[in-house]
Amino acid sequence: MKIIDLVNKLGLEILSGENGLNRTVSGGYTSDLLSDVIANAQENNIWITLQTHKNVMAIASLKDLAAIILINGNKPEEDTREQSNIENIPILGTKGNAFETSAKIYELLNNE
Amino acid sequence: MEVKEVVSILNAKVICGKQYLDKSVDFGFASDLMSDVLTLDADNILLITGLSNLQTIRTLEMSDICVVILARDKKASKGMIELAIESDLLIIETEKSMFKTAGLLFEAGLKSVY
Amino acid sequence: MVEETISLQYKIDGGDFKKAGYASSQIKKRLQKLNIHPKVIKKIVIALYEAEINVVAYAYDAVIRIEIGNETVKVKIKDNGPGIQDINQAMEKGYSTASSKIREMGFGAGMGLSNMKKNSDKFDIKSKINEGTEINIINYRINIKNENN
Repeated sequence: MKIIDLVNKLGLEILSGENGLNRTVSGGYTSDLLSDVIANAQENNIWITLQTHKNVMAIASLKDLAAIILINGNKPEEDTREQSNIENIPILGTKGNAFETSAKIYELLNNE
Repeated sequence: MEVKEVVSILNAKVICGKQYLDKSVDFGFASDLMSDVLTLDADNILLITGLSNLQTIRTLEMSDICVVILARDKKASKGMIELAIESDLLIIETEKSMFKTAGLLFEAGLKSVY
Repeated sequence: MVEETISLQYKIDGGDFKKAGYASSQIKKRLQKLNIHPKVIKKIVIALYEAEINVVAYAYDAVIRIEIGNETVKVKIKDNGPGIQDINQAMEKGYSTASSKIREMGFGAGMGLSNMKKNSDKFDIKSKINEGTEINIINYRINIKNENN
């Protein structure tokens, strides 16, 4: 499944990194602890978090993640947005919480 | 959903509070930030977290949340278990990720708080 | 019914994350014995716990004073610490000066002060740079037996 499919199916807001919307998602990773994401997230995972500060993008790039979803209506800081555009790793937004967002993506990826 | 059903779906390990396995939970919430958990208003919440320290248990105590699932193979420390027993809380450990745990429990009927 | 005001006092040290929440826990147990409605207790102890975390994360030490009366539960948290530069900014959801250590402990998302306010019927904060911060919280007491009044 591609990022754009998740965006359409879940009504996610595209906050930055639009050029990366055709990336393929291999699975999801839900975490708010940056050290944990560095250690455990897998390549092409979509990362669900409420963390907005700029290290988030550095980690996404380092781990080659497919995209980031910011929950609870959180918005990225300006430099995070810029970095997302440069790296072509989309940042998406939802008003939903991590439990619901993770569960719905899990369901979509499982029924692929 | 009864907590024992949660345990069986996740094939998880109950660390303490076995006497409360008949308790029922309505909502799931997944977060590693206790600040986030402390803002919740709903009752009968089950918390899924990868944060395993004493403050995880203190947060449950203050928020009137009775059940926590430590995901990502996180282990409860001795101090955490002591505090949990003192406050009648259930600690459950699973090696599954928060993502998968949320997916499986939502599928089984646990609701989202908002 | 005439009832005396109960006063409790706790001292908290900064920097010790293991002990954060001890005072809140003791106070919760005390409140539970007084027939106060669980929803009111939850508001009080969540605000207190957020305050304890703030002291541990940012201040050198603090004194928590709680007065449980017939009508209200008053909480004062007075710390010795660096103080807050801009209180309005600190009250904003998401604003935080927390270190990465605090963030990895599960806090420091810039939600604490606004959540304390949310859980208070009256909330007052004042701060002096290089001296400390004082927070006063009042919650109206609702007893279990009065729930349906």
